Amino acid sequence: MSNWLILTLVYLAAAVIAVPLARFAGLGSIIGYLVAGIAIGPYGLNLVSDPQSMLHFAEFGVVLMLFLVGLELEPRRLWALRRPIFGWGSLQLFGSAALLFAVAVACGVAWRLALVAALGLAMSSTAIGLAVLNERNLSSTTAGQGVLSVALLQDIAAIPILALVPLLGSGAAHESGALDSWIEAARALAVIAAIVFGGRLLLRPMLRWIARSKTPEIFTAAALLLVVAIAALMQSVGLSMALGAFLAGVLLAESEYRRELETDLEPFKGLLLGLFFIAVGMGIDFQVVLRHPGLIVGLVIAFLSLKALVLWTMARTMPIPLAERSVFVVLLTQGGEFGFVVFQAATQGRVIDGEAASLLVAVVALSMLLTPLLLLASDRWWAAHLLAHRQETTEHRIEAPQSAPVIIAGFGRYGQIVGRLLFANGMSATVLDHDAEQVEATRRFGWQTYYGDATRLDLLRVAGAAQAKVLVVAIDDVDQNLALVDLARQHFPQLTIVARARDAPHWTKLHQRGVQFIERETLDSALMSGRSVLELLGIEPHRARTLAQRFRRHSIEQLVAMAPHLGDEKRLISLSKAGRQQLEQLLAQERELAERTRGRTDDPSLGEASGALSADRPT
Amino acid sequence: MSDILLLLAHPDLQHSRVHAALRTALQPESARAGARWALRDLYALYPDFVIDVAAEQAALLKARLVVWLHPVHWYGMPPLLKLWLDDVFAYGWAYGPGGDRLSGKDLWLVASTGGTEASYRPDGHNRFFIDAFWPPYEQTASLVGMRFLPPMVLHGAHRAPRAEIDQHVAMLIERLRSWPDWPEIADLMPCIQGVAPEGERPMVETP
Repeated sequence: MSNWLILTLVYLAAAVIAVPLARFAGLGSIIGYLVAGIAIGPYGLNLVSDPQSMLHFAEFGVVLMLFLVGLELEPRRLWALRRPIFGWGSLQLFGSAALLFAVAVACGVAWRLALVAALGLAMSSTAIGLAVLNERNLSSTTAGQGVLSVALLQDIAAIPILALVPLLGSGAAHESGALDSWIEAARALAVIAAIVFGGRLLLRPMLRWIARSKTPEIFTAAALLLVVAIAALMQSVGLSMALGAFLAGVLLAESEYRRELETDLEPFKGLLLGLFFIAVGMGIDFQVVLRHPGLIVGLVIAFLSLKALVLWTMARTMPIPLAERSVFVVLLTQGGEFGFVVFQAATQGRVIDGEAASLLVAVVALSMLLTPLLLLASDRWWAAHLLAHRQETTEHRIEAPQSAPVIIAGFGRYGQIVGRLLFANGMSATVLDHDAEQVEATRRFGWQTYYGDATRLDLLRVAGAAQAKVLVVAIDDVDQNLALVDLARQHFPQLTIVARARDAPHWTKLHQRGVQFIERETLDSALMSGRSVLELLGIEPHRARTLAQRFRRHSIEQLVAMAPHLGDEKRLISLSKAGRQQLEQLLAQERELAERTRGRTDDPSLGEASGALSADRPT
Repeated sequence: MSDILLLLAHPDLQHSRVHAALRTALQPESARAGARWALRDLYALYPDFVIDVAAEQAALLKARLVVWLHPVHWYGMPPLLKLWLDDVFAYGWAYGPGGDRLSGKDLWLVASTGGTEASYRPDGHNRFFIDAFWPPYEQTASLVGMRFLPPMVLHGAHRAPRAEIDQHVAMLIERLRSWPDWPEIADLMPCIQGVAPEGERPMVETP
């Protein structure tokens, strides 16, 4: 018993210490888990003697991951993205794998090892890619979409690869009984058919029945049971557990329980997958790694450049806008978590030996560690390259320093309206957008738009931020928006900032930063709709306008009053209630007075509506 | 303590000569602490024509002399000043029962016209002397109990030479500084707040 407790203690402690450290260092959680594994494994502190047994358990994390991957894959979404996913995605995966395989075989590596290594190394790290895309707000760009498509294809391709890799090893044994293998194949097909049909017919009613019991933990248990049961079923017929889980996930992707299943299983997946990576880390034979440092470095360089070659060719033909190409390539070159899974499966299927697996895992881990550095280097190098070759490029980074009095950062739906108003009146503005496609599109319509991340100080300088008078922050992403405001206030205090606020909390944050000209992006259009409704209900148009404008002023006064109490929810709620009552009272009083003074038109004063009350209006 | 309130109302200051010059000359003093006057540029304050009645009334309460500075458009005041009047000179506040907040203050009109002085004659194209257009102002002042001081008018504003405009501005500033010690004030009748018969007011039924 105590042994079990101590093991749990060791694993959890290692993860809890290593993962946050890795994240603070900007390396991502997967590296953290690997390091934790190395630290407690036989080649580190040797706290765990039998990593192999833990690996069997932790493999269930991979099964859960594939179930969740399946859940994400709505058939409709897949169909809509079929071209980028199956076209460009498979080109990346199989193109890279083929190239790596060919080079490896040419260098005299045994074909089985070469194949496993090629498939494993061709995979990229979805976790790293998505994190960087989110961090840089690039998900909607062409490069971002490209990365997503390739990552999705890799998720899907992992299933057959994982199913096939063990067969490479036991291929010889299988030839013995042809009849046996026929029966086996038939059983396997029957099980898959059972899962597909059973899933279609039974899963949803079952989940509905369980959900109706209104016991959340039982729903979680049912979700786990479902995945475990399918995994067991698949294993009993000698098929990949992951494939079964993936199938079940796809079957439930369109059900109403998708979100709930996802949130219920996410922590289990996270922890078990973490455990899996810890186990992989424990499995790295450091003696092997230390014996071949040159080989590892060579392998990293070789496989990164081969993959980059394929990706670069893809980026040119897709085509991905010139300015985004470096990000696209760097985000997909490194090896990823699926690589570990493939190597693990191959080791267990005895396709490759422990020494080769250790080397490959070390290579992938090193490539993942290098990604942030590569990203930084490519930003620098690529920007310089683009500037040097500006005549040849069709892209439009800012070349000469700009001197327009206005800079508009973000030229989407919001920034465009601001810009059009300026241009329509013969004024010029320097426009920045981080989406190269958007830049290209607006350029075609004759706008002087430039590509670039407005939250970068050097770019702001070139955009003329030191000379400009006004900076329009029309970026939709709240964090980026605030980052730009901070940057501008710190480095260009002469700039007057005109900011777009997504919502009230964002408005408050801008207000606290001293921004004077803030507009909530939905307020005015919603008020116009409100006016239309008032008019349709029989209120005179001009009266409706007055009411809407009064509401607008009140709403802004409310926000200003509430700003200092941001974070104190109780106080905010009471303030907001009081404000609403105040407005209601005011309008009610006015209505009453309007009733009483109705029918007078020859008075010198318009009186009834706005004037008559103003004397006793609270000030 | 500034007891002079200047209300500037020009719908298109960019193309104005006289009022742009007035604003440039009057604004610095207005921004100073302990200024002699406070200038409120109505079109800048309320570009959307939504007047902050409470703020305007508060400014009026502090003042003893209220000056309207505006160009004459269609023989009267620009629309925003009229709206200001409609909203701020409220029933029960500026006139009517309890409406005595403005009583005893001075109201002075400083206007400009596009037409020359000669055009404001029975034989000119504006057909009336300029004084013929002031009765609505005078009566407004009377209803709220304000003393209507003789208006100061600059004619032919579009073609007036720079020197004439400068002189107009200097004269205005001089008069603002010397108020209320103006020779003509001594000749004015003390002002008595006018009262309109009940039936001409908005009818308020006692509940």
